[in-house]
Amino acid sequence: MSRPELKASQDAWANYVYLRDNPMGPHEELWYHGFGCGAWLVVTRNTKTHEVLSVKAAKP
Amino acid sequence: MSRLPTGGLIDRGKTCRFRFDGKTYQGYHGDTLASALLANDVRLVGRSFKYHRPRGLFTADSSEPNGLAQIGDDPNVKMTTVELHDGLNAQSQNRWPSLKYDALAVNGLLGPIFSTGFYYKTFMWPASFWEKVYEPLIRRAAGLGRLSGKTDERAYARHFAQCDLLVVGAGPAGLMAALTAARSGAKVILADEDFRLGGSLLSQNIEIDDRPASQWAEHITDELASMSNVTLLPRTAVFGVYDGGIFGALEKQPQTDGYRVWTITARHGVLATGAQERGIVFGGNDRPGVMLASAARTYIRRYAAVPGQKALVFTSTDDGWASARELQNAGVEIAAVIDPRTAVSPDLQLGLDAPIHLGATVENTKSKSAHKILARMRAADGGVQMVPCDTLAVSGGWAPNIGLACHLGSRPIWHDEIHGFVPGDLPKFLSAAGSATGALTTSTVLQAGADTARQILEALGITPKAIDIPPTSQAAHSLAPVWQVKGKAKAFVDMQHDVTASDVRQANREGFQAVEHVKRYTTLGMATDQGRNSNLNGLAILADARKVSMADAGLTSYRPPYVPVPIGAFAGEHRAGKFRPTRYTPSHDWAAARGAVFVDAGQWKRAQYFVKPGETHWRQSVDREALSVRTSVGFCDVSTLGKIDVFGPDAGVFLEKLYINGWQKLAVGKARYGLMLREDGFVMDDGTTSRLRDDFYMMTTTTAQAGRVFQHMKYVHQCLWPDLDVHFVSVTDQWAQLALAGPKSRDVLRQLTSADVSNEALPYMGAIEADILGVPGRIYRLSFSGELAYEVAVPTRYGEALCNAIMDAGATYDICPYGTEALSVLRIEKGHAAGPELNGQTSAFDLGLGRMMSKKKDFIGRKMGERAHLNNPSRPTLVGLKAKSPQALFQSGAHLMPQRADTNAANDLGHVSSAAYSPNLQCHIALGLVEDAENHMGETLRAVDLVRDRETLVEVVSPHFIDPEGERLRV
Repeated sequence: MSRPELKASQDAWANYVYLRDNPMGPHEELWYHGFGCGAWLVVTRNTKTHEVLSVKAAKP
Repeated sequence: MSRLPTGGLIDRGKTCRFRFDGKTYQGYHGDTLASALLANDVRLVGRSFKYHRPRGLFTADSSEPNGLAQIGDDPNVKMTTVELHDGLNAQSQNRWPSLKYDALAVNGLLGPIFSTGFYYKTFMWPASFWEKVYEPLIRRAAGLGRLSGKTDERAYARHFAQCDLLVVGAGPAGLMAALTAARSGAKVILADEDFRLGGSLLSQNIEIDDRPASQWAEHITDELASMSNVTLLPRTAVFGVYDGGIFGALEKQPQTDGYRVWTITARHGVLATGAQERGIVFGGNDRPGVMLASAARTYIRRYAAVPGQKALVFTSTDDGWASARELQNAGVEIAAVIDPRTAVSPDLQLGLDAPIHLGATVENTKSKSAHKILARMRAADGGVQMVPCDTLAVSGGWAPNIGLACHLGSRPIWHDEIHGFVPGDLPKFLSAAGSATGALTTSTVLQAGADTARQILEALGITPKAIDIPPTSQAAHSLAPVWQVKGKAKAFVDMQHDVTASDVRQANREGFQAVEHVKRYTTLGMATDQGRNSNLNGLAILADARKVSMADAGLTSYRPPYVPVPIGAFAGEHRAGKFRPTRYTPSHDWAAARGAVFVDAGQWKRAQYFVKPGETHWRQSVDREALSVRTSVGFCDVSTLGKIDVFGPDAGVFLEKLYINGWQKLAVGKARYGLMLREDGFVMDDGTTSRLRDDFYMMTTTTAQAGRVFQHMKYVHQCLWPDLDVHFVSVTDQWAQLALAGPKSRDVLRQLTSADVSNEALPYMGAIEADILGVPGRIYRLSFSGELAYEVAVPTRYGEALCNAIMDAGATYDICPYGTEALSVLRIEKGHAAGPELNGQTSAFDLGLGRMMSKKKDFIGRKMGERAHLNNPSRPTLVGLKAKSPQALFQSGAHLMPQRADTNAANDLGHVSSAAYSPNLQCHIALGLVEDAENHMGETLRAVDLVRDRETLVEVVSPHFIDPEGERLRV
């Protein structure tokens, strides 16, 4: 979600494009409601229990 | 016949004639195939997987490891779950030539080579033997059942349901839970895999509420069936528990012989799945006639089928003694009751007219036929006695059915009192009740069902109604764990996969300690029964070998599906032509009537070429169509291209985020080619976008990427630049769009519209809204072919009318419709990249479009696309390829090698991406991607096609075969 500025370093961009955190526990993810309204959603999910903690639309 | 004259839950008024291995038998409505076979004295029902040992029925339920039949086209059907019906025709499996005389039984003598891990050890070398020798051999000898190879015509359906409470299992716990919830007004679904609800109550000789247990079950079932808030699902196995309280269930539909998959969303689920009796591992414990004591009781009480005349009962549980009494009551002579416990409650022996041996075990069995067993008993004093019998009823304890409880990753916990695993911490929407949690007597199970339901209802905000727990006649219950009687003879842990106790011990000796590893090495518990009879016994042997406790040895994971589910049942109606939607172009019927041959392009059917009378080869049609466009005029349906209306004050800014080039300054009435990158800098898609009004752009995508690009646009807008004031909508299906191409295209177009389409009014890359055939349409002066060309759009419903009008208007120019083949020939001749070049591995630079990348703005993929190695001339870049000799054929997929070099990966310079025969150049040409293309320009390379075994000399040329200056476009 935090897309770097154009002037940011290649490292910052590589980190943004390729590297993903993989925490155990609560984690913010982007989900796409593909079979429904087509909304992108910010889902906070516990990666250990798969419990969905909150959902909000990416575009308020 | 071994059918009792009275009793059982069978309908003696309805006889069913059925066939097994070609022979005709008779049973009753209410029988299973298994009980009917047993009632007909058929005791040999299958051969084992590895050793082809004779096997009989071991259980009376869905955990059956031995009684597998081929019924119709279905292999591996458990005889114990097949509802008998008139005309049923079943065959035994895994035998050749017949069940009685099996040629492969000699495998038993070859035991050593079939030992643990034999797949890994025996069939290793030489590697060349794999395909020709080992694999066919293994496939013939092993394998459970055979597929028919025919199309599955069975009726499959899918059904979705919601409820407050889903109760899995209709035994005493499930019935009480369902009743409690149903009387409280909750919406209840009660599912049970059996065709008759009642579970263990159907085969227990106890009373509930002063009536036989099976009658009580029927009474409760009737009450539930009468309630509108209850759905009863007999013949329905819940096979999976999924996130958020979603359950998968497979319903067998006897009317159609089909299946229905239920997707049930429940606010809460109760697993009342009961417990499974365990056998004991001892030598020869797999002979026909050896069966679970509870199964023997079930055959007698539920089906009035007597498993034999003389039974030996080997039990370490009180329940085994109850089964012994049941056998005796059915007129079976009890050869002996053998219990490894040195003391049991004296009550157990009441009324039993049989020798009783406490502290004794069965060590081994011998058998000369399926009707005789000679059991070798080791008495408490160490003495040995041979006991003849024809049935050996075994009871080693009870294992709660916890499979479903573990589907979401919950780990089971060890229960010391019942010596088994019970569900651990369950997801919030799931509970377990009754024997599934280790309860042993019917009264506690009934209580647990009611209590569990009450707690759930309260949590769901439904007021529970008080319910009386009916009194039962069942006594208390105790058991001692006996897993294995050690000995030298083959003692089977997993009968379906022929895994023995010594296999498990050997695996441990070879270093396999973790239970998951032992499972895979020995294949223990990996057959169709998923180890329901074998997991716990195997684990006990492993724990013993490792000298650790059962709890420490751990249990293998359970994953869905809990019972085998036909793939077709998941697919439901989504098969053959209904596998996915088929999309038809607006000109489909029109084209079909004019000889079009169609090709699949994703979901679309597109006209590939149009066969005219006299044309016998597709090339004749395609060459004619392509030449017609170059010399006169042709038209092609391009409605499949993705079309997206982009509106709003920020539409231009938004497009500049999506595309590498500029859009804000594009004049109204103009179109522009756009290239889209992924954020990692590689090309995602391309297409033309036209500015029709100040705040309205009409964007097109490739046919293949239309859906993906639309999703990407939503991401860019909603997640990256949500403040942009822009709206967009897919209008692909709203417009019929025809490409009208060729030097005469303007002359044809003039006849369709009142708009001024002169070169001055509508120059190359112009785009206007115009009246076409009297309806509002659009004209874009775009060219994919390289000729003077237009794309004409009208609302979809006028697509066919437009085709007819174009044909009429073009008649004097001998106009013809053309398909995707000619479209492809024309674009290859012109050097336009398409799908095979936009393959996810090419950069803008690779396609010769690097200079399009704007330096003035941020756009998706700019930073990563600017990386030096994506702009390196040594990368494979777009070139043209031309066969050296006119007739020489080469096709896409061929790799390009230098003339004087070996054909290998190191010498590979690139590949042919799109190839065609050019009727204009009169030779085969292609586009390709070639490393360091500049230095190879003009060079002759070998196009090596290893798949088609062909090699062709080709020249590297510019990709612009036709009109490189673009003069034809602008006339």
